[in-house]
Amino acid sequence: MAINAKTISETELFYGHKACAGCGGSLAVRIALKVLGENAVAVLPAGCMSAVGFNFPQLCFGNNAIISTFAGTASMLTGVEAGLRAQGITDFHAVGFAGDGGTADIGLQALSGAIDRNDDILYICYDNEAYMNTGIQKSSLTPFGARTTTTPAGKNIRGNLRPKKNLFEIVAAHGIPYAATASVGYLNDFMRKVEKAKQIKGTKYIHILAPCPTGWGVKTDETVEIAKEVVDCGLWYLAEYENGDFTLNHRPKEFSDVSAYLRRQSRFKHLTDVDIEIITRSRDKKWEFINQNFK
Amino acid sequence: MAKKFLSGNEAFAYGVRLARPQVISAYPITPQTIVVEKLSEFVEDGSLNAEFIHVESEHSALSCAIGASSVGARAFTATSSQGLLYMAECLPYAAGGRFPIVMMNANRSTALPWNIYGDQRDSISQLDSGWIQAYAGNAQEALDLALMSFYIAEHSEVSTPFMANLDGFVLTHTYEIVDVPTQEQADAFLPGYETENKLDLQNPRNLAFSAGPDTNTFFKYKEHLGILNASEIIDKAEERFAEIFGRRYSGLTESYQTEDAEYILITLGSISGLVREAVDKLRAEGKRVGLLRLRYLRPFPNEEIANAVKNANALAVLEKDISFGNEGTAYTNVNSALQKAGIELPTSNYIGGLGGKNR
Repeated sequence: MAINAKTISETELFYGHKACAGCGGSLAVRIALKVLGENAVAVLPAGCMSAVGFNFPQLCFGNNAIISTFAGTASMLTGVEAGLRAQGITDFHAVGFAGDGGTADIGLQALSGAIDRNDDILYICYDNEAYMNTGIQKSSLTPFGARTTTTPAGKNIRGNLRPKKNLFEIVAAHGIPYAATASVGYLNDFMRKVEKAKQIKGTKYIHILAPCPTGWGVKTDETVEIAKEVVDCGLWYLAEYENGDFTLNHRPKEFSDVSAYLRRQSRFKHLTDVDIEIITRSRDKKWEFINQNFK
Repeated sequence: MAKKFLSGNEAFAYGVRLARPQVISAYPITPQTIVVEKLSEFVEDGSLNAEFIHVESEHSALSCAIGASSVGARAFTATSSQGLLYMAECLPYAAGGRFPIVMMNANRSTALPWNIYGDQRDSISQLDSGWIQAYAGNAQEALDLALMSFYIAEHSEVSTPFMANLDGFVLTHTYEIVDVPTQEQADAFLPGYETENKLDLQNPRNLAFSAGPDTNTFFKYKEHLGILNASEIIDKAEERFAEIFGRRYSGLTESYQTEDAEYILITLGSISGLVREAVDKLRAEGKRVGLLRLRYLRPFPNEEIANAVKNANALAVLEKDISFGNEGTAYTNVNSALQKAGIELPTSNYIGGLGGKNR
């Protein structure tokens, strides 16, 4: 039975934490755990979700959960999975929840190693596009133009100069059994993907865009809306990689306005029309690639 | 019991096999490689039933071992030098989480300058990481230590990770006749790992959490007590070991001719074999000298040192490490033991053998 808003479990496994109002990351973790169930064994590195969920004595996971070192999400997941299996325990799901910096920067080596070994784990990257826990510093998943505290937008440099790292395709290039992108703006799609990953043996990777109102400069009740809009304007996309093929899951009939998406966030307030033109062109180039290579 | 001609690394690997670890995660580095190669062969030939994880770095090796230990599995890893430093973040992590992982470290110099030969600056740089630190003197002791390390680390009153150090090349690559116990004897000595400090599907837990200023000292003090408790559990392990295997060890230190010694040389690791010969030679010349070998640096043998040297006229510490800008770290610790015991004695420090220099 497909999991959707009507059929999803009422059991809460991640609650009582102190995430900021409107936190997209905590929504992704909460929903994924509802799909995986109470036999999920979660590994979370130093980062937003561990900072808000593991403050002794206020421990906020109803399932088994442990903080890993910042670089060690995937390697600790490997150990958890192997350790349980070595004891003859099989009715569990080893799942990691790491942010964009913890995944695409400091944790990439360990993630690559785990995929290479095809360890039976699910790795979920909640991507809020900067090091939010430490106060909004640039990561390699921060998009072009975004202002962060380490890529200030001034007269000489207008925010982050580099494009967002293409982690989904980097992961897919390992020949991973299953990888997907998602957005907290399209939760049914995300739930379906977690449910699917749950059934697959070997390494699974889901990259979910999870806006951070604090870091993006939007209202706390706009998280879901902006997470929809980033997909609708084509700057993010919902796709899967399976059996060597890429599949696009959602094709906007026509893209909504990129500049409207950017201008409503204070991290992009400084962008000029030329900057927005660069971003739009890079979107179109990406979609050209998607149209040619994704089913 | 079977006699085999084994290097230190191989002897340690035999000891690890006898301990039946469930998860082994390791990354190769000279001069540690032979221990993980040997364990891979044991897994391949079916004589060791363990998950062997080919991790992509030493950081991942220990992170993976922590993951395995956090679900209650017996975990082993091995490293050396740069590898130990690369995984350094995970050392206090494992100790603070009270995960009783066993790690063999092949003592090797640390860069720069690059050097693959033995000294003890690698492990001694991690002395404050919360791990038990033992230093083997020969291949037989290496095997026995491998087996005993799991017993000590996993004991409920200790719950502390264990670093067993073997001098690079001098011990890891030198062959000796070694008694290899039977699996039945090993099983009689070492029970399976049981703990409540684990992620448990029947009783879910949140581990490796944050503890703020109000509670942090409590956790760190408990950790300190755990490693202090190891002194007593080491004695207990050795007593049990002697009953089953007939070989007796002497706790945190090993004394040789110290009882009536006027001059005592304190050292650690495999160089103590050489010092023992020097003691014999000097004794033959009528000089009353003795050797005290530090088998463990953590927990530190404060009382054992004080008892061994209290009637001596002077002592010296010979060590293969230096705390730059000060002195040898073993020397600092030995002087602290004397001061606490109220012993006033001339002491001196000899630092040698750095980067494998052996003459």
